[in-house]
Amino acid sequence: MKKSKAFWGYIVLALVIYAVVQVLINSGVLNMYYQNMLITMCINIMLAVSLHIIIGITGQFSIGHAGFMAVGAYLSAIGTMKLELPFVSAIILGAVVAALAGLLVGIPTLRLKGDYLAIATLGFAEIIRIIFVNIEYVGGAAGIQVRHQATWTYAFFAVVITILVIANFTKSRHGRACIAIREDEIAADAMGINTTYYKVIAFAIGSFFAGVAGAIYAHNFYIIQPTTFNFLKSFDILIFVVLGGLGSLSGSVVAAIFLTVVTTYLQGFPETRMIIYSLVLILVMLYRPKGLMGTKEVTDLFKFGKKGGSKA
Amino acid sequence: MEWIQQLVNGISLGSIYALIALGYTMVYGIIKLINFAHGDVFMLGAFIGFYAIARWEMHFILALLLSMALCAIIGVIIERVAYKRLRNATRIAALITAIGVSLLIEYTVIFFRGASPEAYPTVIESRNIEIFGAQISVQALLILAIAIILMLLLQFIVHQTKIGKAMRAVSHDADAARLMGINVDNTISATFAIGSALAGAAGVIFGIYYTRIEPLMGVLPGLKAFVAAVLGGIGIIPGAMVGGLVLGVVETFVSALGYSLWRDAAAFVILILILIIRPSGIFGKNTREKV
Repeated sequence: MKKSKAFWGYIVLALVIYAVVQVLINSGVLNMYYQNMLITMCINIMLAVSLHIIIGITGQFSIGHAGFMAVGAYLSAIGTMKLELPFVSAIILGAVVAALAGLLVGIPTLRLKGDYLAIATLGFAEIIRIIFVNIEYVGGAAGIQVRHQATWTYAFFAVVITILVIANFTKSRHGRACIAIREDEIAADAMGINTTYYKVIAFAIGSFFAGVAGAIYAHNFYIIQPTTFNFLKSFDILIFVVLGGLGSLSGSVVAAIFLTVVTTYLQGFPETRMIIYSLVLILVMLYRPKGLMGTKEVTDLFKFGKKGGSKA
Repeated sequence: MEWIQQLVNGISLGSIYALIALGYTMVYGIIKLINFAHGDVFMLGAFIGFYAIARWEMHFILALLLSMALCAIIGVIIERVAYKRLRNATRIAALITAIGVSLLIEYTVIFFRGASPEAYPTVIESRNIEIFGAQISVQALLILAIAIILMLLLQFIVHQTKIGKAMRAVSHDADAARLMGINVDNTISATFAIGSALAGAAGVIFGIYYTRIEPLMGVLPGLKAFVAAVLGGIGIIPGAMVGGLVLGVVETFVSALGYSLWRDAAAFVILILILIIRPSGIFGKNTREKV
């Protein structure tokens, strides 16, 4: 009863945020520059949250997330540009294929642990990128042209759905199984949890939403190229999750928002941005290895009421 | 006789990978950390060699030694500043720190000198000599010679000297080594110094052979060298050498067969196959996981 109250509270909060921003856009307060920043923010939140379920909840260290984003981006671009599908079905196409790619990559690699898994996912992401470079149908290294179709509405509702699904997954029986795997895989196995099954499921869900983010990313620019999805992109996503706190959903959302703003203002100085990013990464790991939020959620800080703004 | 030529090219490329892979494998063997910054030490080595040869007009052997010495110091600094505190941290924390150090080195270099590539000066005229009817460039032979000398030197250090014995002891069991009176911290620093010096040497000979260097050049060879280390069995020194050579030869043949765009994918396909079929590598022994 109480839970569903909180749930509706968040839905209302999300709708209010959406309405306020939409009014600001319509009245012309937010120009194209800020609209673009908001859409980028939504894409980054989706990427952060979808990696959070793999690293933060299930404890599987994947640094190849940009690969699944690339699958979503390319497949949705093929959907709208080559097959003339409507945008929503193209997003779903991209996401489903990304999830299938996640399954395909996850089933063999998730037997590996720790460092080996990290390197294997990085390797797979690079292979995915090289495959796109070599397919002439999608333009090879030059990339594929895409119509600009992503709007604030699409981006925002995709974020809401992503967060809802992942938050509910985390709270469910399956989510608890994943957390058990993160805490101690051998113990989880001994308790009768099918560890491989849950690791692959988490991986596929993460890939699915990375695919959604990729689809919206593709339609927010006029062209997508394979080089966009190299390992630096994967590290960007990793930084959101690490900074926010390994295991904190709202932490990764807040980190994604914060870093998007920082990135937008440092756009003219990409080296400075990367130096700051890397220093942040090192300092956070040296002095606060669980990330800024640890496994806490923003709502834990507002125990007295349900006013916590974990969604934005 | 074209395939002999390709084989020699592959072995030259492979010996560069092997030199980098040695650093990975030694560091991993001793503190179980994938030192992502190793590829960037390789890049720094190439740039130090470049400035030494092109600006300060040093002989290239001197430049090679200078680059090795400076890279050794850089390696020790990285270890002391960033990794030392993480000895007891989780593996993920250590890995993320290593990624951070790697990005920091790359973008600090770009910040100070820009991302534009540099053309390496020619230190030896490129001449071909004919062996068994195959045209083999002198540069390829030079690279091979330097790599072999350095590997023999490494074998000597690891197996015949006191510090080498300490390194083997620490990688076997750090706590027991400490009880035996070995200074574990210094031994780990020495491992970083030796590994980074090898990466620096690899950087210089990479520059001489491929003539084009840039601040992000270390990323891909670094990852491939790691693949080579895994292929040979991580933590095993002869494994890194063999793994590097195999990888270099495979890549060269993939290019020679006309799939040069797939060249980079070959390494990762090898990595994934080896991780699935035989995760402990060619020379590795299977260890059972204990609770």
